[in-house]
Formats: sequence, structure tokens, C-alpha cells
Amino acid sequence: MEDMQLAFGEAARLIVGLDRELVAIVALSLQVSLSAVSIAIVIGLPIGAVIAVSRFPGRQMVIALLNGFMGLPPVVVGLLIYLLLSRAGPLGEFGLLFTPAAMVIAQAVLIIPIAAALSRQVIEDAWREYEEQLRSLGASLFSSALTLLWDTRFSLVTVVLAGFGRAAAEVGAVMIVGGNIDGVTRVMTTAIALETSKGDLPLALGLGIILMGLVLAVNAGAYLIKEMAQRRYG
Amino acid sequence: MLPLILEDVSFAVNGRTIIDRISVEIVAGPRTVILGPNGAGKSVLMRLCHGLLNPTAGVIAWRGPTKGGRRQAMVFQRPVMLRRSALANIVYGLRLAGISRTESELRARDVLEVVGLAALADRPARVLSGGEQQRLALSRAWALGPEVLFLDEPTASLDPGAARDIENIISAIHASGTKIIMTTHNLGQARRLGDEILFLYGGRLVERAPVGRFFAAPASAEAAQFIKGELPWQ
Repeated sequence: MEDMQLAFGEAARLIVGLDRELVAIVALSLQVSLSAVSIAIVIGLPIGAVIAVSRFPGRQMVIALLNGFMGLPPVVVGLLIYLLLSRAGPLGEFGLLFTPAAMVIAQAVLIIPIAAALSRQVIEDAWREYEEQLRSLGASLFSSALTLLWDTRFSLVTVVLAGFGRAAAEVGAVMIVGGNIDGVTRVMTTAIALETSKGDLPLALGLGIILMGLVLAVNAGAYLIKEMAQRRYG
Repeated sequence: MLPLILEDVSFAVNGRTIIDRISVEIVAGPRTVILGPNGAGKSVLMRLCHGLLNPTAGVIAWRGPTKGGRRQAMVFQRPVMLRRSALANIVYGLRLAGISRTESELRARDVLEVVGLAALADRPARVLSGGEQQRLALSRAWALGPEVLFLDEPTASLDPGAARDIENIISAIHASGTKIIMTTHNLGQARRLGDEILFLYGGRLVERAPVGRFFAAPASAEAAQFIKGELPWQ
């Protein structure tokens, strides 16, 4: 209980003091996770849309696989990306290991399946409603997919938020490929893990409170924008 | 592209016959109303003609010369509006038909003017009332300048006032030279809008007659029964 009080005090002190180190860690966390989310949007949503509107042999398998990949263990993804990026690995020559770029890649790999699988569901539901109308107007499958991506944009906000939540919360992947290097690749989750293992529980908890606050704020903001837009556009 | 010729067209799903060996020739000019009780196969027949479904047996062919572009359009019982403005919904269909953006917008504004929706051009289509949405759906189809317009129960979910607006627009579209083929189970509407009746019962084409003769002296027992059974609810 005492730890909790200390933790809130610590969190308050860090926030009010705008601790320079803390600001850097928060900024890097957001930068890495938002970049990963952007990549997942660009890659994952179109994959979801195309699967939603097309029929091909093995489609059920692909969907099952995609749904399964939503639960990829971050440490395993981290390890695989580590092997790819390590000096001896196939992508070693780019020297990305232990850089924020590596962390972005790892998180993107984690959440692309989430973006694809969830958007597939959303877009397939819409496709059921739209299919006859779009076919009647002569839309190709490709332009149908684009139309549906745009028309489900409010529901897709929720999909994107799920991806962001996953990215911001995971520690295993960024720890392995980033290395938690002070001032270079230290993000909130890895900092919390480190402070906990060092025994500085108040600082760890304080960071945890800030992390939760950030995730909640981003979600609340996106949700409000979505609700407002939905009310306006129906 | 007219006449539209059906030769022994059947359509079955999971062994259940919905359309049973229909042969008919639909020519340019008169407004064709497909009439029949619920479950007679009216909507399915219309979707077969429009090309949204493929017959399981028989042939559907357009025998007349085609002069460029997509020359048939369809309006559904429940219009599917895209999440964009009323104007953009019409432009969407025109763009798919390969018409330039500027030309599309001009045409869309014209047709909105004609159906009395000009003031709502920039409103999001999905927040319009049911009647307004159906008028917009008619505009979207009309703007394409189709040679044939299919209408599937276009007023089924509307109140009498809105239904009258829709009927007036359908008459205007017919007057502009478009062939009308529509389904209804509303006898009053069939009388008001139809020139000839195709009466469907149990998936079969039971009777074809000019509208006056159909109601005055139906040749088949099924049609006579249908007219009698429905009249009390006029």
C-alpha cells in the first residue's frame, strides 16, 4: 500500500517536473508505437479489405491463420526479428539491431495481423450490405475494397486503437531488438521492467501510471473523434 | 441492348427451385411490372436479369445493339448509401462508369435538382430520411442514363407521401426514354405505374398481360385469387 502512495507521488513528481529523461522515454515510446501502427494501417488494412471481398481456395485457412497471428507472443517476434537483423542475419548489413527502427519493425510485425484480421471482419460485414449495390454499379473487387475501406473508416478507428494498445503495451519484442539502451532505445515498458528488476518499485509504478494514462488518453481522444464523425456522417 | 430474352431460365439454391423455367421477351417501351405474392421469385428474377445472379439453367440474353457503356442500372428495396455526401454518392456511380470528375459533378447536380434534392446535395447521404435516400438512389441510377432501369420494390419501406414522390420520379425516368422493369406486391402501384404485368407465382411465369386486361379479366386462377386477396388492403 505504501508502495502505491510512493508510486503516485513519484508519477506526479515526474510529470510535474517534466523530467527530461522521462519526456525522452515517453516521446520514444509514442514515436515507435505510432510508427508501427502507421505501417500496420498501410499494410494490414488493405490485406483485410482484399480478403474480405475476395473468394479463393484456402480462404478459410488464411483467415484462421491471420486470427491466430493476432496472438503472436511478442518475445518470439522479437527473437525472429533479432535473428533477421543481427549481424549474421539476412538483413544484418543494414545495422538496424538495437535502434528504434528495429523496434518499429518488431511492433509492426506484431500488429499487422491484428489490423488485417479485425479489419477483415469489419469490412466483410459491410460487404454483405454493399455487395449487390457496388456490383450493380460495376465496381471491380479492387475498387470495392477501396470503397469499403473508406466507408468503414469509423469502425476501423477501433481496429487501429486495438493495434496501438497492443504495441504500446508490449515489452518483449522491443526489449530484445532494442536492447533497452539508455537514451537510445529505452521506452516506457522496458524502463518499467528495468526499474522493477532494480527494485525501484515506486519509479516503475510511476512510469506504469503514466503509460496507462497515455494509452487511455489516446483511446479516449480517438473514440470521441470517431463518435462525433459518426454522428455527423451517419 | 433491348429486347431482353429469357429462354427456359431456372434458378435453384441447394436444390430448392426459386425460378422455374421462365421464358419471356421484354421489349423496349412499356413499363413492365413483375407482380406476385411474397416468395414468388420476383426479386430473384430481377437479379437474374440485371446480372447479379447467374441462372442455373437456361439463357438470358440482350439481343439488341449496345451503344457503349453500362446501360442498365438497378435500385434496391433498401438503398445502400455510401458514407459520403448525397452528391458524392451520385458522382461515385458516374466515375465507375468512366465519366470525368467535372462532368460527373455537373450531371449529379442536374439530377439532384430534378428530384428535388438540390438543397441536400452536400449532406451526408446516410443521415437523409428513408424517402430521401430512395430518391437519391433513383438519382444515382438515373444519372447513369441507363437504357433499362430495374427497380426492386422501390417503395416497400416508405410512407405513402414518400412513395408518391418515388412513383413520380419513376414516371419521369420512363418519360426520359428509359425502360422500366420493376417488382411490386402493391396492386395499386402496379396499376399506376405498369403498362404490362408479368405475374409470378411459385417461381413460374403464370400470366403476362397488359395492365388493364390483367386486372379486369385475369386469365389464370392464381392471378384472380391474388387480385381478390390483396384488394381489401388497398
